[in-house]
Amino acid sequence: MLNYIFKRILYMVPILLGVNLLVFAMFFVVNSPDDMARQFLGERNSTPEQIERWKASRGYDLPLFLNGNASGFSKVTQTIFFQKSMAMFWGGFGNTDHTGQPIGRELRSRVGPSFALALPIFLGTLLANVVLGMLQANHLGSRGDRAGQFICVVLMSISTLILIIFGQYVAAVQLRLCPVSGFEPGWGMVRFLVLPAIVGIVAGLGAGTRLYRTFFLEQISQDFVRTARAKGLPENQVLFKHVLKNALVPILTNIPLYLLMLFTGNLLLEKFFNLPGLGGYTIDAIAAQDFAIVRAMVFLGAVIYVVGLLLADIAYCIVDPRIKF
Amino acid sequence: MSWTCQNLIVLALLMLGVWLFTAMRRREYWRLAGREILARKSAVVSGVILAAYLVIALLDSVGWRNAERDSTTGELRRHPATGEVIYDRGASVLDRLLRPLAKRQELYYSAPLAKAAYIYETQEGEGGAIHRGHPALQHPRSHLLGTDRIGNDVLLLSLKSVRTGIIIGLLTTLIAIPFALLMGILAGYFGGWLDDVIQYVYTVVSSIPTVLFVAAFIVIFGVGLPQLCVAMGLASWTSLCRLLRAGTLRLRESEFVSAAVALGTPSWRILLKHILPNVLHVVIITTVLRFSSEVLAEALLTYLGIGVGAETMSWGVMINDARSELTRDPVIWWKLTAAFVFMLGLVLPANLFGDAVRDALDPRLRTQ
Repeated sequence: MLNYIFKRILYMVPILLGVNLLVFAMFFVVNSPDDMARQFLGERNSTPEQIERWKASRGYDLPLFLNGNASGFSKVTQTIFFQKSMAMFWGGFGNTDHTGQPIGRELRSRVGPSFALALPIFLGTLLANVVLGMLQANHLGSRGDRAGQFICVVLMSISTLILIIFGQYVAAVQLRLCPVSGFEPGWGMVRFLVLPAIVGIVAGLGAGTRLYRTFFLEQISQDFVRTARAKGLPENQVLFKHVLKNALVPILTNIPLYLLMLFTGNLLLEKFFNLPGLGGYTIDAIAAQDFAIVRAMVFLGAVIYVVGLLLADIAYCIVDPRIKF
Repeated sequence: MSWTCQNLIVLALLMLGVWLFTAMRRREYWRLAGREILARKSAVVSGVILAAYLVIALLDSVGWRNAERDSTTGELRRHPATGEVIYDRGASVLDRLLRPLAKRQELYYSAPLAKAAYIYETQEGEGGAIHRGHPALQHPRSHLLGTDRIGNDVLLLSLKSVRTGIIIGLLTTLIAIPFALLMGILAGYFGGWLDDVIQYVYTVVSSIPTVLFVAAFIVIFGVGLPQLCVAMGLASWTSLCRLLRAGTLRLRESEFVSAAVALGTPSWRILLKHILPNVLHVVIITTVLRFSSEVLAEALLTYLGIGVGAETMSWGVMINDARSELTRDPVIWWKLTAAFVFMLGLVLPANLFGDAVRDALDPRLRTQ
């Protein structure tokens, strides 16, 4: 088992290296540092000297891959690829292009609020999907199931934007149940997180319930479920011990994808509800065309996804003893 | 893009569609699937609605330019130096059909079918009496969905946005299909190092969250409909590629492929004649199922500032404007509602139709 986990972690390295290379290619080869400086300074201010100065002040004046002027190890380390791209592996996210603030520090201070929103959404969605999916699957073909199916499709067809705007308007503006947006540290944050969390859960409900319903349907039609029922096992034991436990494998496969969606889905919620999380930071960076932050966030997103995949694989082994590595 | 070029592209796409349709009708499998879709009431209704949207989008994509005429004499205007006829910017068929709507311009917001304008201002009445009230509209009771901030008819905006939605929904997948087909089939059929390399590439690309990939792309290449389609296409080919690889892997072991190999059929011919037609249903299912999520994604990305620019008419832009409009008193709800209804009107049938297509083409994936 440990051996397997170790191997899986090793396998993450080439993937992240690839992501790193791709991000590097997009931000430094397709769009050269000169272009970046020009976009930044505006057409009028971009004399060659100013471009050089801008690049030097942000460390973009180094060669891309190989520094011919340096010697020994510095040949490799004194390059944009090493300093700006590889450095992200050990947390060196550098400074923002605009203000020169260290990105790493900002990220650390913003992880908390992001996580505070992501966790309730994740757990709430999981719970809602399991309960609703199970209910629908257990009453297959009934009127409730068909109505539920239709509601799921309708929910899937509504833009998250609409849900957010509508939720804010009704709950915060009209009914004054909670603040429209904002944040405060400590327990006071609950007030601010309730609405975005509910919106986040509802937004994922349609697609999620449909998917979980199919997971449960696969199990419910199996022989062992019929046997369990035939021998008079109480219904809740059938559903939770036999159906749910066996459906855990596809559910777990789906979770890393889900974590990723949480990460990107929350960009929007955080921005709309003005939460000081990673999402708001990223969106502001996109609006300001701050390449350094976008670069860091793309890499971070990939790390989350790959780690999620790893966790799912480990969880498989725990849930299903038949899976051997 | 010039109108000629655009018209030719539309024609080419239409011909491709007709060719695919006739090619499919010749095969029993597709005929059966078609019959199954037609037997489902919700799918037929959805199909009709989708077709209506498609027609609007087509009408808005085909157009021409007129020679400009002198407004008084009616003669053709010519370039003073060269004597060439001057053409106007041109308009699509839809523009021409909706011209009466476009002509009913107001100055500012007005509620649906309102008689008076939204604003409240001091007016001079008959005999110099001053009173406060809503000024009359230039075209009272004629704006079915009201007007927006610069007095444009909201119905017109919503209809003009149909094309953007359809383009995003279809073009994104159309861009992704060639990549996914080529890579997926090659990886699945040949295996070995080629498979390893292709698997590595799509794992790397799919590790990057789509929103961030699109954001990075748009930050570099600027906002716009073509950039957005390319960015979303490049971000989304991986899942289709994975499905196609799995499908090809299964087919490679099948007897008819073994027979073809034994008969000495060249690999490219096996891929084209035996593998491709048998994985085509995966492509169709993915295209139809993905359509709706791409349309929804456009609104989201536009709000984030990484979608289409503000000069392109789209539901995303309309929803984007609605945020500030909801804070006004009385609330300006009609633009948001119009965008929402038009979007739901496209996405909901697309989802229902997509389910029917999936169930008909791949009974194993059936949800009931």
